[in-house]
Amino acid sequence: MPAVSKGDGMRGLAVFISDIRNCKSKEAEIKRINKELANIRSKFKGDKALDGYSKKKYVCKLLFIFLLGHDIDFGHMEAVNLLSSNKYTEKQIGYLFISVLVNSNSELIRLINNAIKNDLSSRNPTFMCLALHCIANVGSREMAEAFASEIPRILVAGDTMDSVKQSAALCLLRLYKTSPDLVLMGEWTSRVVHLLNDQHMGVVTAAISLITCLSQKNPDEFKTCVSLAVSRLSRIVSSASTDLQDYTYYFVPAPWLSCKLLRLLQCYPPPEDGAVKGRLVECLETILNKAQEPPKSKKVQHSNAKNAILFEAISLIIHYDSEPNLLVRACNQLGQFLQHRETNLRYLALESMCTLASSEFSHEAVKTHIETVINALKTERDVSVRQRAADLLYAMCDRSNAKQIVAEMLSYLETADYSIREEMVLKVAILAEKYAVDYSWYVDTILNLIRIAGDYVSEEVWYRVIQIVINRDDVQGYAAKTVFEVLLHEPSKFGRWFGSVLLGRPLVQFNLLHSKFHLCSVPTRALLLSAYIKFINLFPETKATIQEVLRCDSQIRNSDVELQQRAVEYLKLSSIASTDVLATVLEEMPPFPERESSILAKLKKKKGPGAVSVTELDDSKREAGELNGGADRGPDTASTPSPSADLLGIRSAAPVGAAQTNAGSLLVDVFSDSGCSHFPFPLLPIHSLFVLLPICFHPCFVLGLSLHPCPVLWPPSSAPPSEDPAPPLSEADELLNKFVCKNNGVLFENQLLQIGIKSEYRQNLGRMYLFYGNKTSVQFASFSTTVSCPGELQLNVQSKPVEPLVEGGAQIQQVLNIECITDFCDAPLLNIKFSRYGGALQNLTLKLPVTINKFFQPTEMSSSDFFQRWKQLSQPQQEAQKIFKANHSMDTEVLKAKLLGLGTALLDNVDPNPENYVCAGVIQTKGQQIGCLLRLEPNAQAQMYRLTLRCSKDTVSKRLCELLAQQF
Amino acid sequence: MQFMLLFSRQGKLRLQKWYVPLSDKEKKKITRELVQTVLARKPKMCSFLEWRDLKIVYKRYASLYFCCAIEDQDNELITLEIIHRYVELLDKYFGSVCELDIIFNFEKAYFILDEFLLGGEAQETSKKNVLKAIEQADLSYFSFSRGWI
Repeated sequence: MPAVSKGDGMRGLAVFISDIRNCKSKEAEIKRINKELANIRSKFKGDKALDGYSKKKYVCKLLFIFLLGHDIDFGHMEAVNLLSSNKYTEKQIGYLFISVLVNSNSELIRLINNAIKNDLSSRNPTFMCLALHCIANVGSREMAEAFASEIPRILVAGDTMDSVKQSAALCLLRLYKTSPDLVLMGEWTSRVVHLLNDQHMGVVTAAISLITCLSQKNPDEFKTCVSLAVSRLSRIVSSASTDLQDYTYYFVPAPWLSCKLLRLLQCYPPPEDGAVKGRLVECLETILNKAQEPPKSKKVQHSNAKNAILFEAISLIIHYDSEPNLLVRACNQLGQFLQHRETNLRYLALESMCTLASSEFSHEAVKTHIETVINALKTERDVSVRQRAADLLYAMCDRSNAKQIVAEMLSYLETADYSIREEMVLKVAILAEKYAVDYSWYVDTILNLIRIAGDYVSEEVWYRVIQIVINRDDVQGYAAKTVFEVLLHEPSKFGRWFGSVLLGRPLVQFNLLHSKFHLCSVPTRALLLSAYIKFINLFPETKATIQEVLRCDSQIRNSDVELQQRAVEYLKLSSIASTDVLATVLEEMPPFPERESSILAKLKKKKGPGAVSVTELDDSKREAGELNGGADRGPDTASTPSPSADLLGIRSAAPVGAAQTNAGSLLVDVFSDSGCSHFPFPLLPIHSLFVLLPICFHPCFVLGLSLHPCPVLWPPSSAPPSEDPAPPLSEADELLNKFVCKNNGVLFENQLLQIGIKSEYRQNLGRMYLFYGNKTSVQFASFSTTVSCPGELQLNVQSKPVEPLVEGGAQIQQVLNIECITDFCDAPLLNIKFSRYGGALQNLTLKLPVTINKFFQPTEMSSSDFFQRWKQLSQPQQEAQKIFKANHSMDTEVLKAKLLGLGTALLDNVDPNPENYVCAGVIQTKGQQIGCLLRLEPNAQAQMYRLTLRCSKDTVSKRLCELLAQQF
Repeated sequence: MQFMLLFSRQGKLRLQKWYVPLSDKEKKKITRELVQTVLARKPKMCSFLEWRDLKIVYKRYASLYFCCAIEDQDNELITLEIIHRYVELLDKYFGSVCELDIIFNFEKAYFILDEFLLGGEAQETSKKNVLKAIEQADLSYFSFSRGWI
């Protein structure tokens, strides 16, 4: 027991703690505790009323027991009783117990809140502080509800003591963090901001934390704090080390407040007011200058406090990213720290330089420290410092130093700590891809990576490599040759490469491959089986050998169901399918659609959002774009690469049906997850491999889509992350036209997203089902859709919001209810927004295929009726006519199907000329019925049509005529 | 700051202060994990480490480790000095503070911390002002209940 027991030492408590400490075993401790609990319980239950001191002592013992890690299920009431004691120390213990052990017992919360209310209104500053501390420590929603409106008043009232103001400010901050909706600053805003001018440094120190938090959420309302913060900072920075008395810490004036002021300024852009900005730049320069001055004390506290301000100032300089002079000075300062004897400073310098590396002004300056950083990676004894060094190397990497950095990282990988290997592997893979100038270097690097750290190479990495190899004709030869050679010597680590990249004489090749088969894991064997069937397709001479392999028991009766199924089905496929069928089924996959690197995504996932900045992403795309531009491409790929094209998507899709001419060049596994993901829409029943195969190879055929990849419609690098819906896509009308005569199909598709539609209409009502499919392997966040109708009250479209998260590969559905109020021309707009990895917002607008003809009711009528009505609609504006060239087949059945799809009745025996088509229908709107007659006269010889429409409403004639002219 | 832990070289938790709402189970898990991580580090290593999405700042004073969890944008060095100032406050209050003072007067350690940091932010950095608040409480005790000691 310590000799000194200050203040209100509680002897009984000290004895108890002593006993516990003397316990020789856990059991003895538990026994002693149970004895004490029984004792306290009996005291609390006893007939004799306990005095305040005893109550306090027992409550304190309970608290001690709880903090030892034992459960406490009583004593709360006694603690609450202590709150209303007028003895400070009793109250204090009561509040401490409540703060540590509060549970949401509603009865108690009411009593506690009552006690707090009393103390807040007691005008006794020490009681008020205790009550505020309790609110800040508990910070529950109930407390926010009870006190959030009261505390701002206490904070700004003229007669509040300084110490109470300090507690009130931080108490409010805690409530704001728990329940921002309940803390409304409103009228208090300006007075709170002016606390920055308070004479009491402690008040400013406490208030600035609150102001910083509020500024982050409502920057506009609090922006007056910028000039106040700058002048406060300026006064501190220029003060002598003794001016601030007790707020000077080891000769550094107000280090905490200085850091917080600099932090607050990071919530805002550089000050617009020239004078304010000048003053701030002066402060920052002074801080940088002070770093060069000899230290006023040798104590580490002095240098820590001084450097804390310096690092915060550098953060602000990086945040502004607009003062090249300051940025370079900051970089030089950090450069000095890189070789400092204090490990902490080296660590922070590496970390801070990482952000500096992304500024265009200081990137080059950072690069000059490459040797020091490489040295740090090799020699630092602390893994967390080495990790920072690796991060910095990654951040400073560009075309000029990529080979050096990748080589260093690879050699570090040989000895790297297990904890950071996987991340290092990802980084090497990303850098190798991003800065690959020649692809042999890329392939060598990746092979090295697999050799050195095979166990840490995640699936994403090799998927990505295969994607790249597949999409680059010029790298395939080298990749295949290298892998083949490696395969001869070191097979075990490269299993996954086998199935994809091959060359050489077919049988030799096959035998080599198959000789390693038994060494491979199940997934690799599955890939190999797929490779075998492709052998049969490409090199018929191998057929007999391979069939024999497939037929043997170890394949066809394999205990693994996947392998067995592949063996059985491939064997069957190879024996019953004709060479044509085989060639079609096993046709080369089109290149992978452009999409974000899966390994970049993986790294981001590992490091959490924000770890890989958007600029970095854009940067990688830009780099890749240049690379593609310079790369040697075939004559058929002269199309301009999109600005966001990365290593993928540099080749336009292989023409449909083009046979694989470059035999043996490359084989793609159809089952690997890295293949294009196409959504079966509506969901196709996939029963067997035989159905699956053609879908994999000819998704577009099965789904009725065009194989040409959509251009990148909203490149993430150029689209501003605006909240406003994007204007409709240029091809929105074209997409819309596809649906004039049909109700179901795929409305839109690009590399990320597929939108399918099913719709049905009755009278003036319609229902549309939208299916949004995420084609990528990563989640879409903040997914939202909005439907807007141009024109006033013509259509009424109602929808429920969709789920904001769409998982990779998932499809979500949305139902729209549509009502036609009156006739209309413009289709409703569908805006879709989502983001990937919290990155650039995707924003696209399409036209929903709701056209006026959807509300047609077919009308059967006789020839005489038809002509009678035709004549009635004889005013010139009621008729619309167009003569146009045929764009599609003029086949009778096709035409009939389209006209029926239009929604009208197709009338036989009306027109004297049997070649012509005549239709009638009534458009149902909410308030009106519009009769429409149609005549379509094909001229097969001239490949022309004449289309005439007569409707009871002129606008409808015109609109229908426009729509239909696109259909034939 | 999200939380502060004080633990001994033997891994015994001496003080815990949480500024974010967490369940008791989660608190115990975090404590176990961090105590293990920090105790495993060698003396010359740096005082900062990344842990989950937080930064851990720790420093050893004699037999006690002081360990703070701060957020990404928080300043590591100034947190190190928060720890030091707290140690100074304890030292001044107890007079050459040792681990035993904190064990036997744990409630005082909490009160001092509450005067210094509130809601995870510095409330009062002046040593004088913090101790004034604490001594006032002690004085008020003497004036009312001296007879009970």
